[in-house]
Amino acid sequence: MKKAYLLFGLIGFVSFSLIVRLFYIQIIDDSYKLNADSNAIRKIKLYAPRGTIFDREGRVMVANQPAYDLLAIPNQVQAFDSIKLCALVGIELKELRRKLNEARAYSRYKPSPVVQQMSQRDFGRLGEQLYSFKGFYIQKRTLRRYPEGGAANVVGFVGEVTDAYIKNHPEYERADLHGATGIEKSYEEALRGVKGVRYVLVDVHNREKGSFRGGAYDTTAVPGSNLVATIDLELQLYAEQLMKNKRGSIVAIEPSTGEILLLVTSPTFDPNLLVGRDRSKNYRILENDSFAKPLYDRALLAEYPPGSPFKLVNALVGLQLGTLDTLKTYTCHHGFHAGSLHVACHCGTSYPLRLIPGIAKSCNNFFCSTFRDIIQSRPTSQEGMDVWSQHVKSFGLGQFLQNDLPTGRKGLVPDADYYDRAFGYKGWRAVSTISLGIGQGELLLTPLQMANLGAIIANRGFYYTPHIVRTVGDTAQSRFERKRTTLVEPRHFEPVVEGMHQVFEAGTARGSRIESIPMCGKTGTAENPHGQDHSIFIAFAPKDNPKIAISIIVENGYWGSRWAAPIASLLMERYLHDSISRPEMEKRMIEGDLSSEYRLNSDRDKPRAAGEAEQ
Amino acid sequence: MRDNRSIFANLDWISILIYFLLVFLGWISIYAAVYNEDHSRITDLSQEYGRQLLFILGSLILIVFILFTDGRLFEKLSIPIYVVMLALLAGVLVAGSKISGARSWYQFGSFSLQPSEFMKFATALALSKLLAGDGREAGTRSKKRMPNKALIALIILLPVAFILPQPDLGSALVYAAFLFPLHREGMPAWVIYSLIWAVFLFILSLIVDQWWLWGGLTGLGILLAWIFRKERHSWWVLSAIWVLSIGMSLSVDYAFNNLLEDRHRNRINILLGKAEDPSGIGYNTNQSIIAIGSGGFAGKGFLEGTQTKFDFVPEQSTDFIFCTVGEEWGFVGSVLVVVLFTTLLVRIILLAERQRSAFSRVYGYSVASILFLHVAVNLSMTVGLAPVIGIPLPFFSYGGSSLWGFTLLFFIFIRLDAYRMQIL
Repeated sequence: MKKAYLLFGLIGFVSFSLIVRLFYIQIIDDSYKLNADSNAIRKIKLYAPRGTIFDREGRVMVANQPAYDLLAIPNQVQAFDSIKLCALVGIELKELRRKLNEARAYSRYKPSPVVQQMSQRDFGRLGEQLYSFKGFYIQKRTLRRYPEGGAANVVGFVGEVTDAYIKNHPEYERADLHGATGIEKSYEEALRGVKGVRYVLVDVHNREKGSFRGGAYDTTAVPGSNLVATIDLELQLYAEQLMKNKRGSIVAIEPSTGEILLLVTSPTFDPNLLVGRDRSKNYRILENDSFAKPLYDRALLAEYPPGSPFKLVNALVGLQLGTLDTLKTYTCHHGFHAGSLHVACHCGTSYPLRLIPGIAKSCNNFFCSTFRDIIQSRPTSQEGMDVWSQHVKSFGLGQFLQNDLPTGRKGLVPDADYYDRAFGYKGWRAVSTISLGIGQGELLLTPLQMANLGAIIANRGFYYTPHIVRTVGDTAQSRFERKRTTLVEPRHFEPVVEGMHQVFEAGTARGSRIESIPMCGKTGTAENPHGQDHSIFIAFAPKDNPKIAISIIVENGYWGSRWAAPIASLLMERYLHDSISRPEMEKRMIEGDLSSEYRLNSDRDKPRAAGEAEQ
Repeated sequence: MRDNRSIFANLDWISILIYFLLVFLGWISIYAAVYNEDHSRITDLSQEYGRQLLFILGSLILIVFILFTDGRLFEKLSIPIYVVMLALLAGVLVAGSKISGARSWYQFGSFSLQPSEFMKFATALALSKLLAGDGREAGTRSKKRMPNKALIALIILLPVAFILPQPDLGSALVYAAFLFPLHREGMPAWVIYSLIWAVFLFILSLIVDQWWLWGGLTGLGILLAWIFRKERHSWWVLSAIWVLSIGMSLSVDYAFNNLLEDRHRNRINILLGKAEDPSGIGYNTNQSIIAIGSGGFAGKGFLEGTQTKFDFVPEQSTDFIFCTVGEEWGFVGSVLVVVLFTTLLVRIILLAERQRSAFSRVYGYSVASILFLHVAVNLSMTVGLAPVIGIPLPFFSYGGSSLWGFTLLFFIFIRLDAYRMQIL
């Protein structure tokens, strides 16, 4: 029995402490007392304004504008003049009834939105009359505003959180906004700020009677952090203009930092459509447009066979492995021939070609041979393919780039395993996969990866992860400062760069040449089994110390020099010189209209992934 | 004296009455906490109070079942029960569903079962069996040596090992309760005293500047050494304790900053007044104290609590159920609940002491200690005396698993107690 005293003692000690504590908080300290008569306490959310998003030059991309919501607490709503309310806020009676029923179904005690995003004027009129609508009150919040429009896919849009989302993210409440796509989504935590709360006493007439307990439990809202994006908004808007009535995408990167200068997808939409009272109506229209898919970000999500620009990678891998050098020649006989296999070529040469003219003329035979030599440089095709694949992947291809964009695709770089699975172990040889030599076949790249490829060549062998935001609040992002090098040594890049320069000087992009800027590029015409070929171009400028690398895809644009190369040339000129010296070329591009191509092939001509849902 | 008809005459009606009082008070508090005008019937099954009624009816079935079972059966089956429950507990890590961040539940349609709530009585049974030994006579306890210490530790720590990764720190902490029955059965007292000293030092190291703390410890040591100067080994013992205490205060800083998770660290910091955050981590505690404090002497009356009604306090029907009592029944009601729990605990210990079999005594001690830990931690947390550790208030909180787990725990002891007259 003696040993029981320990437990008795502890029980006594705890009970005594509890009772003393209860006595203190319930009887002595009256700071917790509530004025519990007819006054009700209302909790008012103070929305934190989301951070502003600037472009790299300090131009405002996304700002805020005030708006007002009318909320109702169903069990406090008393008989009211519904016609008058509808007239004041400008909605249909039917709509009001539906909203009130919805609110009742959600909760009788918690506020639900009845009319959202009223204008300042409606708010002013309603405010004076609010006393006659018991159970209703007004809540201020901020909406997004896009002063210049454009870049809708980059900045993204905000949407109201769904009930399912709240379940997984308890820090949100009904009617809160969150970033649904773009920067708004990937930088949600920085942008959203911290909500505040205010407790007010209201009397039976629904009038505010001052703050509860002198505001002791109120917290202020902390605005979200401002962001500086890496985008050049002016260039972005110009690029969107150039892509009008064409489908495809443009990505440009600053090679020395990995900052994304522009990220265009076409067709796109005006971000201001997704703000305000008509938001859900407009959203439905955009979402249901299964033909043009304006909400689908082609620059990040579409995957294309890259076509000829990929020849550059094969040349680099060949140089690194020693199967190719700048003096080695191949002679084209209207294509590449191996047994019954035949890859056509329209380079128009019949003399031995070296690497630099091979790039300038985009000779299919030259690069099929280069690829064959790479694969055959190892005892078995498997080993050869794996060495090739490993080098190609070091260019950031076939993998997610781990950047700060909320969505993306890996693309596809096949390896020996891939072909073993497709053809059976050793059921294939170098020539079975020869179309990889000219960027066709199983290979898939996203436009972002292609632009990054341009940046790698511009840098002569390294890249920084392409990213979209430069500073959050006052701090510069440091997570993208790591330099990533390829498996190809820098010295092998010079001949390839010279080849790309010759593309403008004497090759396939002669027509887009401009005297004042030494540009480097590579045209591409990606075969499209579903319709006209895609027009592809990757480029950078100036040749030495490059400031911009760019990739362009114009779907069903026939061939590279027809649409993609002139657009790239114009954009680089505009970025480097701030002016355009070729107005008639600019006019031709802006007015160029490919919509007949898309109509003809209505649903057959999408890129491989474009049929899938976004995100 | 063997007389099976008199089972009901031998039941301890005082503790049974307290049990039903607590269950009933819990039920109406849940009603008040989640009260909803649209579903004002207290039996409405779409609401928590309606479902709690179902759980109470389920408990009645369990009670009848336990009372009509032969008391010896629990002793015989203690190890199998423990093994089965342990398997269920292990299984939940694999097949369980995640509810608010912890994988502690088996989900069957709309109902879910939390095996850790049933592990407590199973562990108590197994520990009692182990400490009682085979065929040991009452009264010969002190002559026998303790059974294998490693086995005892294993029985208590295995459930902890399965509960921690769920993760459910609260439920795992409860197993510290088994130190009391161990102490009662001969574990040296210094184990518990040093544990209490360690907790005390832990808190002191966090709030007091370390030089003051070391000075204080040294002063205390010298004082004690002078008081016990005639004892032979006091000098050695005291220096050992002094060295260990200093070491502990040094390691606390490291453990606190490096080993604890952020949320636990934050809760402790807020409690110690080192950090303030009324709308973030400290929100629960702050709102809970406001609710209780606003109750005043006599409370605001049934269903009149504004803090409760406006959903200011989170987890109102489970871990923070005591807020409703505090707000609506005031100081009077709160003290009544504290007194009811205290009476029940003391009663159980007294009953345990009068047992003739070691098994029943150890089990009784386990029951009292587990309930004590729950009540102490839960109530201290709601009034802001302890950090927020999510464990339910026994018999009171909403939830089938917790109610049934505690009912099994408690009534098996009532049954064992009723059977004591039949042990000669």
